Amino acid sequence: MLKRALAHPSLFVGGVLTTLIVCAAVFAPWLATHPVEQMAMRERFAMPSAAHWLGTDNFGRDLWTRIIFGARISLSIALISVSAAAAIGSAIGLVAGYFGGWIDLVLMRVTDVFLGFPALILALAIVAVMGPGVLNVSIALIIVFWTEYARVVRSATLVLREQAYVTAARALGASHFRIITKEILPNTVGPIIVLTTLGLGTAILSESALSFLGFGVPPPQPTWGWTLAYGTRFIRSEPWLSIVAGMAIMLTVLAFNLLGDGLRDLLDPRQLSRAGRSTSSQKGS
Amino acid sequence: MTQASPQRAPALSVTGLDVVIDGDGGSFPVVRDMAFAVARGETLAIVGESGCGKSMTALSLLRLQPPAARIVRGAIAVEGADVLALPRPALEDIRGERIGMIFQEPLTALNPVMTVGDQIVEVLQRHLSLGGAAAQARAVELLSLVRMPDPAAKARLYPHQMSGGMRQRAMIAIALACDPAVLVADEPTTALDVTIQAQILGLIRDLQRRLGTALVLITHDLGVVAEMADTVIVMYAGRRVEVAPVMALFDEPLHPYTRALMKAAPSLEAGAAKAALTEIGGTVPPLWDLPRGCAFSNRCSLATERCRREEPPLEAKRAGHLAACWEVADG
Repeated sequence: MLKRALAHPSLFVGGVLTTLIVCAAVFAPWLATHPVEQMAMRERFAMPSAAHWLGTDNFGRDLWTRIIFGARISLSIALISVSAAAAIGSAIGLVAGYFGGWIDLVLMRVTDVFLGFPALILALAIVAVMGPGVLNVSIALIIVFWTEYARVVRSATLVLREQAYVTAARALGASHFRIITKEILPNTVGPIIVLTTLGLGTAILSESALSFLGFGVPPPQPTWGWTLAYGTRFIRSEPWLSIVAGMAIMLTVLAFNLLGDGLRDLLDPRQLSRAGRSTSSQKGS
Repeated sequence: MTQASPQRAPALSVTGLDVVIDGDGGSFPVVRDMAFAVARGETLAIVGESGCGKSMTALSLLRLQPPAARIVRGAIAVEGADVLALPRPALEDIRGERIGMIFQEPLTALNPVMTVGDQIVEVLQRHLSLGGAAAQARAVELLSLVRMPDPAAKARLYPHQMSGGMRQRAMIAIALACDPAVLVADEPTTALDVTIQAQILGLIRDLQRRLGTALVLITHDLGVVAEMADTVIVMYAGRRVEVAPVMALFDEPLHPYTRALMKAAPSLEAGAAKAALTEIGGTVPPLWDLPRGCAFSNRCSLATERCRREEPPLEAKRAGHLAACWEVADG
């Protein structure tokens, strides 16, 4: 398994990047070179140096420290919202697609209502009502994101439930629940993983956008979106601030997308035999 | 003949089964007045062209017919249990445990993301509450029962890593996992190479004899029928047109459709080589637009005015040999 993972370049790069970013977030208190809130007005807008690895912001706060602490906020919001959205959306999609009929009709019309709003506007409205903060931003993103899973999983289920092996499973006495969990769900894992990892990227972007617009996690919490937004005020003279925050967002989104592509190939045994023919054919013959 | 042994209760019996499909322009019948009984150790073959309702019959036995199809009449009994009256949980208990099913295309009938061993374990868990190492061991045992080479290693393979013949062996192992009373095989060898076909048929026959299973074999291949069956039902347009013990059917096919089928099949017997194959003129009439009278009348060389007007009943023309045709004389 590990050998195959190493042989897959995007999985390898994505995996390494993701691991580094997650480690930076988890071990932020030990990796930080300065206290998060420490201001030093004489050192404001410093370029990267031995003292400040990524330079400083407009208050002279160390950017490296603020970026790795920001990773904690961004990643936890992304993980909470995407995993909850994936679980809720997939469950609804599976039920709607498998049972069809009026159940499908009702569930999909509800999904349509949520899809009718532009995603970011809906998230903005929810945060505006509930107030900013990590939990509220996460809830807002769940409400925005679950529809995507419901739609994709439903359409995959519509195809899968007609497969001969589903009929075969029924012929072997499998209940609806067993068919959904054992026959259909494992076969939708590919699209769900792709959506989830793309979703992690989108969630980070959305959280940054909300913070950028001032509806996210409020300062002085060191969020990437807020740092990026605030940096634009000085972008003509001191572009460094926005570039660092933007790079952090971009690298994280890229890492998740690469990882998602790689995982999809690794987890689907059919994809696997095509990608890593040499390894599987040796075992299979 | 199955009816001739009343002392032995049939493992599966079907009486007066009617299945219809609900379409846009009303419903039309796909299976009409199907009836048969199979005892343990016996083989019943159902033969017919594509679309004659033989697969629909097979699926209906476990109430697995597609959503558009509806069983409107009849009775199906598996070892005395009334399949059509059972509540869903009890029906699910019967499926796979008392009736096993082998499907035509073994690649699509196996879950692509589960190893073959796990798929067998799944059934053992479901019906026999067998889990863990015991289930694993039983799965390997079942694979060796179906003569899978190197069964322990094969149990860890995914369906796509196997050849067609191995997949069909795995399907058979799954179908027989709970030692069912009835095995329904829907065109089990159609998707396989000719050499593998013979192996798989031989395997099914051996296992059936060894385990004493009742076998319902759905096929369009008369060669398979001759080799496997005890009793044969010939279907045309959803209806039985001839029912006979296998020897009687091949010695003296009564229904013009059966005779035409036999002329259309190549034979290797001496003297037969020179006889040209004859096709059956015309096509099967669509089930929603059957001709009045006998459904075969528009393709039958013997058809008379009466055939086009009245549908012939299925009646005994010889001892234990039934046919639905006005033109076949009793004898």
